[in-house]
Amino acid sequence: MTPMSDLTSIQRFHALANPARFMALSEKIVAPLAILTFALIATGLYFALFVAPADYQQGETVRIMYIHVPSAWLGMFGYMIMAGASAIALIFRHPLADVCAKSAAPIGAAFAFITLVTGSLWGRPMWGAWWVWDARLTSMLILFFLYLGYIALWATIEEPVRAARAAAVLALVGSINVPIVHYSVVWWNTLHQPASVFRIDGPQIASSMLVPLLIMALGFTCFFVTLLLVRMRAEILRRRVRALRLAKAGA
Amino acid sequence: MAQYLDMGGYAAFVWPAYAVAAIIMLGIVIASWRDLTRQRGLLAALEGDGARKRAPARSMDHLK
Amino acid sequence: MTRAFLALIVRDVALAVRVGGGGGMAVFFFLVVVAIVPLGIGPNLNLLGQIAPGLLWVALLLSSLLTLDRLFQADYEDGTLDILTMSSVPLELTVCAKIVAHWLTTGLPLVIAAPLLGLLLNLGVAQFPSLMLAMLIGTPALSFLGAIGAALTVSVRRGGLLASLLVLPFYIPVLIFGVAAAGGAAAIPGAGHQGLLLLGAVTLVSLVVGPVASAAALRANLKT
Repeated sequence: MTPMSDLTSIQRFHALANPARFMALSEKIVAPLAILTFALIATGLYFALFVAPADYQQGETVRIMYIHVPSAWLGMFGYMIMAGASAIALIFRHPLADVCAKSAAPIGAAFAFITLVTGSLWGRPMWGAWWVWDARLTSMLILFFLYLGYIALWATIEEPVRAARAAAVLALVGSINVPIVHYSVVWWNTLHQPASVFRIDGPQIASSMLVPLLIMALGFTCFFVTLLLVRMRAEILRRRVRALRLAKAGA
Repeated sequence: MAQYLDMGGYAAFVWPAYAVAAIIMLGIVIASWRDLTRQRGLLAALEGDGARKRAPARSMDHLK
Repeated sequence: MTRAFLALIVRDVALAVRVGGGGGMAVFFFLVVVAIVPLGIGPNLNLLGQIAPGLLWVALLLSSLLTLDRLFQADYEDGTLDILTMSSVPLELTVCAKIVAHWLTTGLPLVIAAPLLGLLLNLGVAQFPSLMLAMLIGTPALSFLGAIGAALTVSVRRGGLLASLLVLPFYIPVLIFGVAAAGGAAAIPGAGHQGLLLLGAVTLVSLVVGPVASAAALRANLKT
């Protein structure tokens, strides 16, 4: 194989389309990335649990923020990856794009779920209720439904090419829908709760809280990318296995 | 220490939040890793059987 | 092309009427859902009157979801869909015609039934016009967006439930704006008007996104 350094950037993009090349490259990246992930999250946890101060109003419950907010960001980030990869799959027919989208979905869904649960645990002491229909939690709940639907579609259609195309269409329509849903929920929320809602992260956030938050966010992002690569490798192998089985059955 | 674990009275909310996140994140890591190793095993088994009728055999080592 | 478009609508409407079950059953389901709600929450007329617009809209959504698999399933199974994709009429327009026919045979009857069912929930007669207008504008969105779910799952056996799950998140803005437009958000003046405009916007978007996405999904499912 021509070394990547000899290719132009466009050629490199297309070279990555080669599953074999992707497997070779990702094999080298996964381990270091995993170590970086662990280091970042460990540092973030230390800061979040021991160094960062308690909040004036919210007390120690503010420590939930260091899990809740990065998870929310990653939940949305995951959907963007899914939608972007789906667009590339449909428009450019990049062979690995649908693998990327399929692999990203469960990770994004997991973060969305963590967001909902931690938000609930944060809401109970703060607002007095296990679930509140504020705009953000409601939007995240609907995003979670979108994730589940996408995963269900992949699981239901057996033929991989057909499943890939259908899932890509769903992801793209969903991504158009996400801002519309979010806006409608915010609108609905202001309609039914004219009183001002608690702002979780406050108008300003002290740097003593911002730093752990950013470290955790970075750690979670590395976690996402590492796991995405692992899942993509597994999916590529899974398709190879399927192809070999079909070839055997035919032979 | 006990006072720290108590989290200002909010222990019942803070620790479960961290626990849920840890469980789910570790869970998906384990599930993904096991899937990868399982697929590797299946592929090795299939190739070991030797699908002779396939087009010129190429080394699949780089796919592992 | 207009003739083909209209001919397709007429065909689908005729089929729906002859084969039966679509619109009639949807209205029946609508009636049953509305009837059992008071059995669940008690006959307090004040309470029912307050939640009537929201409840009617939710029941409307559910009834609409039930009829989605009639959109493409039959034609997919007997090969008509394959033939339709080969015609000179773009698939998007074909799909659009089928969706229009679907709305005429299911959405429209539901809209007509709604105020009458509202009486069961102590809906004020004064709210009838705003409710009907909201539903008239919103039900096309339900058909156009629902078609996407139907198209995505057309090759799946018993795909009706999956189609419903896929489509429900898309229905949520329709629900929110529809209820507001129907006078369900009486708290803030002008909200009803705002809701109606936003509902119209959502429907207009669905008029484009629906056929385009459905056609893409159908093409994905038709290729083997």
